[in-house]
Amino acid sequence: MSLQEFWDYLVLGVMLGSLYAVIAIGYTLVYGVLQLLNFAHSEVFMLGAYGSLIVLQFVSPADNPSALASIGYVALAMAGSALFGGVTAYGLEKVAYRPLRRRGAPRLIFLITAIGASFFLYNLAGKLFGRDPMTLPEMYDNHNVLTIFGAGVNVTQLLQFATAVVMMICLDLLVNRTKLGKGIRAVAQDAEVASLMGVDIDRVISRTFVIGGVMGGVAGFLFANLNQASYTMGFIPGITAFAAAVVGGIGNIRGAMAGGILIGIVETMTVPLLGDQWRSVSAMVVLILVLMFRPMGILGERVGRAA
Amino acid sequence: MSVVESSKDTGKGTGENIASAASRLRRTAWYQQPRFTRLWAMVALGVLLALVTGEQGTTRDIFFSVKGSLTGLNLWICLAVTIGIWALREFAAEPIKSSVAAVKSTVSGPAGTVQDRLRADARLRWGLIVGGLVLALWLPSTLARTWQTVLVDQIAIFALLAIGLNVVIGWAGLLDLGFFAFFAVGAYSTAYWTGRLPVEPPVVLNNFWVIPIAVVTCLITGVLLGAPTLRLRGDYLAIVTLGFHEIIYLVAKNADGLTGGPQGARLIPDFSFSFGGIEYEWSIDPLPYWYLLVFFIVLVIVLFSRLEHSRVGRAWTAIREDEIAAAANGVDTVKFKLMAFAIGASTSGVAGVIFTSKYGYINPEVFPLLQSILILAYVIFGGMGSIPGVLMGAALLVWLPEALKDYVDPADRYMYLGALLVIMMIYRPQGIWPSRRRQRELTMAGEGVGDADAMSEPAGGKA
Repeated sequence: MSLQEFWDYLVLGVMLGSLYAVIAIGYTLVYGVLQLLNFAHSEVFMLGAYGSLIVLQFVSPADNPSALASIGYVALAMAGSALFGGVTAYGLEKVAYRPLRRRGAPRLIFLITAIGASFFLYNLAGKLFGRDPMTLPEMYDNHNVLTIFGAGVNVTQLLQFATAVVMMICLDLLVNRTKLGKGIRAVAQDAEVASLMGVDIDRVISRTFVIGGVMGGVAGFLFANLNQASYTMGFIPGITAFAAAVVGGIGNIRGAMAGGILIGIVETMTVPLLGDQWRSVSAMVVLILVLMFRPMGILGERVGRAA
Repeated sequence: MSVVESSKDTGKGTGENIASAASRLRRTAWYQQPRFTRLWAMVALGVLLALVTGEQGTTRDIFFSVKGSLTGLNLWICLAVTIGIWALREFAAEPIKSSVAAVKSTVSGPAGTVQDRLRADARLRWGLIVGGLVLALWLPSTLARTWQTVLVDQIAIFALLAIGLNVVIGWAGLLDLGFFAFFAVGAYSTAYWTGRLPVEPPVVLNNFWVIPIAVVTCLITGVLLGAPTLRLRGDYLAIVTLGFHEIIYLVAKNADGLTGGPQGARLIPDFSFSFGGIEYEWSIDPLPYWYLLVFFIVLVIVLFSRLEHSRVGRAWTAIREDEIAAAANGVDTVKFKLMAFAIGASTSGVAGVIFTSKYGYINPEVFPLLQSILILAYVIFGGMGSIPGVLMGAALLVWLPEALKDYVDPADRYMYLGALLVIMMIYRPQGIWPSRRRQRELTMAGEGVGDADAMSEPAGGKA
């Protein structure tokens, strides 16, 4: 691998990693407040992609759109994906998790419900929208816009990276600076005490799901924009992002960001070294290695101090 | 909010105004009443039901299915059903409740006595078990060939798998989502040791000899996978096993030189034995394989139910009910969890060997992740921790899609299965034939006593 190739793949890896980071945050946020793996988060991601697809079908972008129109299309698609992701996550919490939480069900039951919900959602999406992969319509002229260390970055990649970074900054501010953020941190630290202090736990949990869902949905749009949308698209990025969340330290939002970038780089570097077919294996290998040698993750678990 | 603010504005001075504002605050608007919220939920459910039962979509027109399901008669039927349920529950709850209770008491009265008599009378129990076994051996010979094949290739194999997964999830309380990966390990071991893979084995073996080898292979794989993860929080196991399944699948698919790649292995021989002049070879006929599988299922059931009430089984129960208390009482939690995981894995491996010998060929597409989830669904549906339950769960849930093949689109069955999992978990987490202990644990966990799974923080803090 030449030096130039190394830079090329590194840049690619960071871009991909930013996407994983955004999905990983969805896992970590929910883990923070519920100590629960939200297996169905990958389906939130998938439905986000379909949300943008549906909006774009309505709008049907013109050929060779002007710069302003391109921005409009992208914004609309993003709004569609955010809406779908948020609504799916909200519905999941309401229908599948809240009854169990009320009853104080064991965590095993939560996990199985999450798997069932994930199974239901992706097969329903396959049924409703057809089972072949679909490409998003072209919203802008995809050309190289800048060069980093000799590696070209095109509009799609820049959009992906910029959106991910903006979302992560917004989330960081939200969790650390707002009242809702304070509520999320309080529930993550000790739900019972938080409720005694007047935090409406149900509302905080529900909103946490929605925040994670919106981010996951937009990530779904970005992913579909890069590759394709299909009803099974959530599974692999979902596991990978989960691995990223654990690698960074579950419950730790900045950890999820770091883990996402790391996993993205490792995965992309696997391609020139071992071949494309081993990509998703590398993430699992990293996960198992991290669990063996540093089970609390790189930045450490900080459930409760979600920052 | 707006009510509060407006009352503040208008009710500044006089007490009368404040009182009326307070009464206005206390009154809930018509749309805030729980009854109305429940109606909305039922309407949403009706729409979802219409989407679920609607036509198949197509990628050419993304709105086709949604349009079709939300405009036709189907939607109105679904809405009528769900709103009807709502109306019955809201306005006729009392009479329904009392009549259900009456039916329950008349049904469960005698049923309860049968159960109690079964528990009390060992001879009756054994009689039933022997009777069931005789029926299991005799009945398949009267079935049509297609059903015999379904019985052997699917029901029996999945029953064996379900009994294995029951140890992991029902007894030890661990969530294993890569259970079918060990089936693949067993299958590829068979292909390897019968000399059907690109890599030559040191010696070509009879399928019967492959079984112990597959058991050992799966035990070792299970320990290697479980050792780093079982020390940690239980839910990590779920995701690591999921990843493990994916790794096994990708290795099977991509390591052409080792596993034969996407083509897989073919012409794998059937079981055969020649011992003391008696020679026999299993063949394409499903019945002999059925007898073989019944033998293995009975063997595994006997072994595992011995285990359930041994020291090991009690250790599992202790870990499941309260891991920290178990560790405090000297149970080596990691060792016993690892044991359950590895025992489950080797059962899966045995099923893999038998399946591969029966089928004669394998390729990576035989082992999708879906299968791991399917077995999980069977175990949950039947009742985790209860052997008759998981047998019944596997039999019913394998049989049902086969029987409904002509009425329901086969592509949709996983959707229904997912919905079934969620509904079971919300309304009947103990399954259709629950083990008594498990049922009680779930109730107790709901009251905040114990865990009913081994998913919490490991005893003694993080490793």
